[in-house]
Amino acid sequence: MAEHCVKVYSRFNRLWHWSQVGSIMLLFFTGARLLGLHSIMPFGLAVVVHTVVALALLLLWAFATFWLFTTGGYKQFIPRMQGMWEVGRFYAYGVFKGEEHPYIKSYERRHNPLQAAAYFALKMMLFPAIWISGLAYLSYGFWDHLDGGSFWLEIIANFHVLAAFAIASFVVIHVYLLTIGHGFRQHVRPMVSGYEKVDLTPEAEAYFRQQGRLLD
Amino acid sequence: MRQTALRITAIVSTVIWAQFPAFAQETTAGEETPAIGAQSKPDASKAARMSDPVKEITADHSKFDILKGPFASGSEVTTACLSCHTEAGNQVMHSVHWKWEYQNEVTGQTLGKAHEMNAFCGNVASNEVRCTSCHTGYGWTDVRQPMPDDPTKVDCLVCHDKSGQYTKQDNLAGEPPLEPVAAGAKTITGEAAWPVDLAEAAQSVGPPPGRDNCGNCHFYGGGGDNVKHGDLSSALFNPSRDVDVHMSPDGGNFACETCHVSDKHVFEGSRYETDVVDPHPDRMAGSAHDAAACQSCHTDTPHEGPNPLIAAKLNDHTDTIACQTCHIPSFARGGVATKTVWDWSTAGKLKDGKPYHEEGFTQSDGKHLHTYMSQKGDFQWGENVTPYYAWSNGEMTYTLPEEKIDPTNVVEINKIGGNPGGDDSRIFPFKRMEGTQAYDKQRDVLLYNHVYGPGDGTALWSYFDWEKSLQAGMDYVGLEYSGDFGFVETYMYWPITHMVAPKEDALVCESCHAQDGRMANLAGIYVPGSGINLGGKLGLAVFLMALLGVLGHGALRVISRGKNKGGHHG
Repeated sequence: MAEHCVKVYSRFNRLWHWSQVGSIMLLFFTGARLLGLHSIMPFGLAVVVHTVVALALLLLWAFATFWLFTTGGYKQFIPRMQGMWEVGRFYAYGVFKGEEHPYIKSYERRHNPLQAAAYFALKMMLFPAIWISGLAYLSYGFWDHLDGGSFWLEIIANFHVLAAFAIASFVVIHVYLLTIGHGFRQHVRPMVSGYEKVDLTPEAEAYFRQQGRLLD
Repeated sequence: MRQTALRITAIVSTVIWAQFPAFAQETTAGEETPAIGAQSKPDASKAARMSDPVKEITADHSKFDILKGPFASGSEVTTACLSCHTEAGNQVMHSVHWKWEYQNEVTGQTLGKAHEMNAFCGNVASNEVRCTSCHTGYGWTDVRQPMPDDPTKVDCLVCHDKSGQYTKQDNLAGEPPLEPVAAGAKTITGEAAWPVDLAEAAQSVGPPPGRDNCGNCHFYGGGGDNVKHGDLSSALFNPSRDVDVHMSPDGGNFACETCHVSDKHVFEGSRYETDVVDPHPDRMAGSAHDAAACQSCHTDTPHEGPNPLIAAKLNDHTDTIACQTCHIPSFARGGVATKTVWDWSTAGKLKDGKPYHEEGFTQSDGKHLHTYMSQKGDFQWGENVTPYYAWSNGEMTYTLPEEKIDPTNVVEINKIGGNPGGDDSRIFPFKRMEGTQAYDKQRDVLLYNHVYGPGDGTALWSYFDWEKSLQAGMDYVGLEYSGDFGFVETYMYWPITHMVAPKEDALVCESCHAQDGRMANLAGIYVPGSGINLGGKLGLAVFLMALLGVLGHGALRVISRGKNKGGHHG
């Protein structure tokens, strides 16, 4: 086993990640306008941008989900307990002692167990919460004639905003964790170039070299 | 099939052709019987020839000998009108304009000026000749009795005059000022009265009524320009586009009747039962309408591009919000203020034994308006007033005379019907008139006030004595009065539906979707942007904890890194 610079993030993977970053930021900004946290842009414009960007993001998610399942990429996100304790101990203690990160990335499992669990929760709980409540909110005109329509709208709106803040909290922690270990730039670079240092067996190394996916 | 079609055609043709002999017979009968009026035989000598310009109208009233006069009274003109328009008087006598009575089938209340009380001059009874100066009839001097069944008492000219010089005097129970005009006499619009030329007016007539015909009464309700409604003022005689997009010559140039369509001299549109939801949802836009509602022309989904998303969102609002709510951003626009507060309790004060007045409000055109009068008490005025918003299904329930009131609270002279979120209800703009009115402290009922009656020794406006005024008012209607009076605060709601602004001046999202926006405190709606909701507060707490967590973690790392380094060096 030896560390090699392998192309881990395909072009679609990176496009998915960065367009998600862009749209989520826009959604935070316009959503905060709609909630009344700022008034930098007109309310109506915020409604339009929020709606269009949200629908575009949903489309992207549909493609990404399809891609994850057809390529088997979804397996990266399946949570597991193995190594969880070590990673947890590192963030809570070891990092202050100058210890090395206990997790060594492999091609099949590029996320550490805590990271995988966090992404799993994001994808399985927070994202569905935001888009299901968002679609219900957006389609208000189709069901507002029902009894208690405005009561349910209020429930949905509260839920939507709560989910949004939870995602914002995720983003804060996500970005912060990039500063741990080899440093922020080092952590962001793979998502730009696609290449990341991972542990490879000699067989895998030979295979990737043949595929032209090794940088060294 | 074809045979059936032919048969139907044959039947229809027979029916149509059958009309003509009947018509011919009538004409013959007319020739034999002398018509009422000057002519005994039909005379076509004045009929327009091909060499004359073609007119819109089919009858030029200036050509009728019977309208040449002279006329000694308005009623004589009406008699001439009725000689041809035999059914017109009866149609008018079946209208609210004539009866001043409105039967609300839903609430069971008998309303109308002759019956209800308002927050302005209070009541018509005992003040008739002043109040009925705007009645569409002649000589209603006692509203305790309905107008007599006499078509010659209908005032045709007030609605159909086109000469512009017909008017009514403000204290003659509907009669026009005629030669010789009494010194100091005024017209119903508050101008110095002039002698009306009835013959000129009679020859000028032609339907439909223009906006001045309607406006000379309706713009001056409550005793002056825009006093009562707030959205009906002399500004509408010739409004700029931003004051009224429909009535402006630069806009639709509508007459009142364009929306207030009439049938048999009865007009659509009512402040007792207002159309707040689309009264005919199955109609196509632009087809003939029989209701004075925005949707009659615009439908319930009027918003279109340029941004289809915004348009769809706005159309989504129409099941909650009346058109008027966004499209009449404020009332009393165009430079004519409306009375917003009328405190009767201070009326009657004298200076050196004489009545006095103060003019503390300056209208945007520089005109000074009364803020105190010994006759009427204290006033407040407003221009460009933000409406009061309430859920409404259009049904108004009145606090009628003899109805028990709770004087510890503000008494609503009329209550707005409807339920928050109800299918039949929309959020609608109102002028909320604030008042202070006399009531019987023993019996807890509103009191009739006798205000107009120079020379009778009791009228408030002449003698400044509440005791006498209220006693006279209650005696007049024959109701019990303890003699112990006080003043109670009142609200009266007037639907705001005129002075529709051009679309660029309509309310914007932020007018309501903001902290303390216009819909604040209204039940039954969730208004995004009106404040951070519970979910937002919880979320914000989670977010701040995450932020604090990473900051704390980061700070610990920085501190511990320093320690570790020190350790290494050591």
